[in-house]
Amino acid sequence: MKERETRRVIPTDAPPTAPARLVEDFTPDLIDVGAHHLCPGCGEPIAIRSVMEAVAELDLVRRTIAVFGIGCYTAFSNNLDVEVLQALHGRAPSVATGVKRARPDAIVITVQGDGDMVSEGLQEVLHTAARGENVTCIMLNNGVFGETGGHMTATTVLGQRTKTSLEGRDAVTHGRPILLADLVARLDGAAFVARCAVNSAGNVARTKKVILRALQTQASGAGFSLVEILTMCPTGWFVETAEAPDYLADSLATVHTGGVLKDFLATSPTSPSTTVP
Amino acid sequence: MSIPVRTAPARRLLQGSEAIAEAMIAAGCRFFAGYPMTPFTEVLEHMARRLPEVGGVCMNAESELEAVGMAWGAAATGTPAATGSTGQGLSLMQESLAEITLARLPLVVLNMARAQGDYWQATRGGGHGDYRHIVLAPIDVAEAVELVQLAFHLTATWRNPVLVFGDYYLAHTARSVDIKSMHFGPPPATDWALTGETGGTGQAKLVSFLGSAKQRDDVGYDLAVHYAACAQHTARMLGEVTPMLDTGMTQDAEVVVVAFGTPGSYVRAAVRSLRDEGVRVGWARPVTLVPFPSSALAGALQGAKAVAVYENNTGQMVDDVRLAVLGAVPVEFIGGVSLDSSGFGIAPDLDVAVLRRRILEVVDRHR
Repeated sequence: MKERETRRVIPTDAPPTAPARLVEDFTPDLIDVGAHHLCPGCGEPIAIRSVMEAVAELDLVRRTIAVFGIGCYTAFSNNLDVEVLQALHGRAPSVATGVKRARPDAIVITVQGDGDMVSEGLQEVLHTAARGENVTCIMLNNGVFGETGGHMTATTVLGQRTKTSLEGRDAVTHGRPILLADLVARLDGAAFVARCAVNSAGNVARTKKVILRALQTQASGAGFSLVEILTMCPTGWFVETAEAPDYLADSLATVHTGGVLKDFLATSPTSPSTTVP
Repeated sequence: MSIPVRTAPARRLLQGSEAIAEAMIAAGCRFFAGYPMTPFTEVLEHMARRLPEVGGVCMNAESELEAVGMAWGAAATGTPAATGSTGQGLSLMQESLAEITLARLPLVVLNMARAQGDYWQATRGGGHGDYRHIVLAPIDVAEAVELVQLAFHLTATWRNPVLVFGDYYLAHTARSVDIKSMHFGPPPATDWALTGETGGTGQAKLVSFLGSAKQRDDVGYDLAVHYAACAQHTARMLGEVTPMLDTGMTQDAEVVVVAFGTPGSYVRAAVRSLRDEGVRVGWARPVTLVPFPSSALAGALQGAKAVAVYENNTGQMVDDVRLAVLGAVPVEFIGGVSLDSSGFGIAPDLDVAVLRRRILEVVDRHR
């Protein structure tokens, strides 16, 4: 019996004291089906969950149109109880622009990865930000093409081994990574830009806060907002699942450093006074 | 004292680009996105000026890729939307045009082409996967005003992109036209369109080229089911959209000349002048390139000894004409690439004397 207690095995020699908890019990309201085919240890479901929780908390459920790019996270595009428009790889910001211009009252959110936004469609996000388009772009950055099986993207950090940079990314052969949030923050049309991560409970809480702030920025009409979220990809990084959060902290996060890079609402005299910690 | 008010004349002298823009607005278009390129540019200019006046939006896209993306987004909200370019610009858009079709979205696409080298791009599609676009090819500005409005009706009805195939002559020729709003009956329902308002109902809408059925018990999209449904829809659309063919003097013609788009008017003039001299020739012009008016064309060619096809390209529609007649009549190509130094599609060959000579050569060979 002692062994059972230490290993927290559910006792089967007595009737259960509480009903079994199923996947659905942990699934946010706006995610229809709890099951998905993403790998164990993947950070993307945490990020999607955070976005959906923020939409619900700000009471934006009946206004939201999410525009999805193509990556592993596309597993969620037909799985949400908010309206979704599926876009091509790289093209979500222009599609979101069309949605927002045609329906200015909608809250428009893009979900893209680093391969999608920074490699394939960099000019889309830059021009959308420069126009001050009043949409929120969420970029899930794991520094690798996860869906194709671990290939180098524009955000892969120097030294990172991928299937297309076998000896590690080196600047001479592959160039240097693009720091997307830093790039977008330099554009006048961007009203809110932040980079965060989902590799620890504290970082997940901070991620939720910046997503809330980005959506508030859009709801107030202040202009373009970007949240770059560093996510674990143990499969694409070729590391043990349990080691992925630390690997993120030691590699990706040392180059793509976290923080709020721009917060127009905090600096505008007429805006709400709350700031992102 | 009162000055009698004269109502403005319905007819106005308009450049083709402006007439097409006015026709789009008359058809209800309220979103347009484009990137300048000759000879498409003036359509964008006029839409940029006119759409805000009617409460619409015109976007200066950073490239054709974003132009079609923006139009895609607006179309998904049920807003009548259009984009366009030349064939070169449409090449850039093809990935999106293919997927917009598989997402079952309405969109009008203009090709203000440089000459006629984009027939295959327009009718076969330059994109990936199994899809077709309805393609309309006006002969002149007046017909373009009608076909552009028909395009908006067809795209709303079938939720499938419709391409209007014009060129430099159509875009840059000024004609006196009457922009009358055409009525095609009650507009189809747009209950599929995204509004943002169905979130949280358990039935939130999804518009996806991977299939718009929501996931319920299992994970993922079912592409086999979706593509089969798309194929079925395409077949129904191609079967039910009325193919259109314009013909003249084909009844007793020994040689019928087939052409599409603006060169059709030069061919018609050449045929008429030969008729005046007693040469038994006629002309036929497919107005819908997809669906191709194969049966009507085969009917018009009955009794003819030969068919001559004029196109300002290396002979792309020839394939469709041959498929229409299925070997019953010899089909000869009398066109060819004809451009001035600009490359915009101004064709030295579009000259009645040149066309007469080529048609007569066919007549002589088949006497």
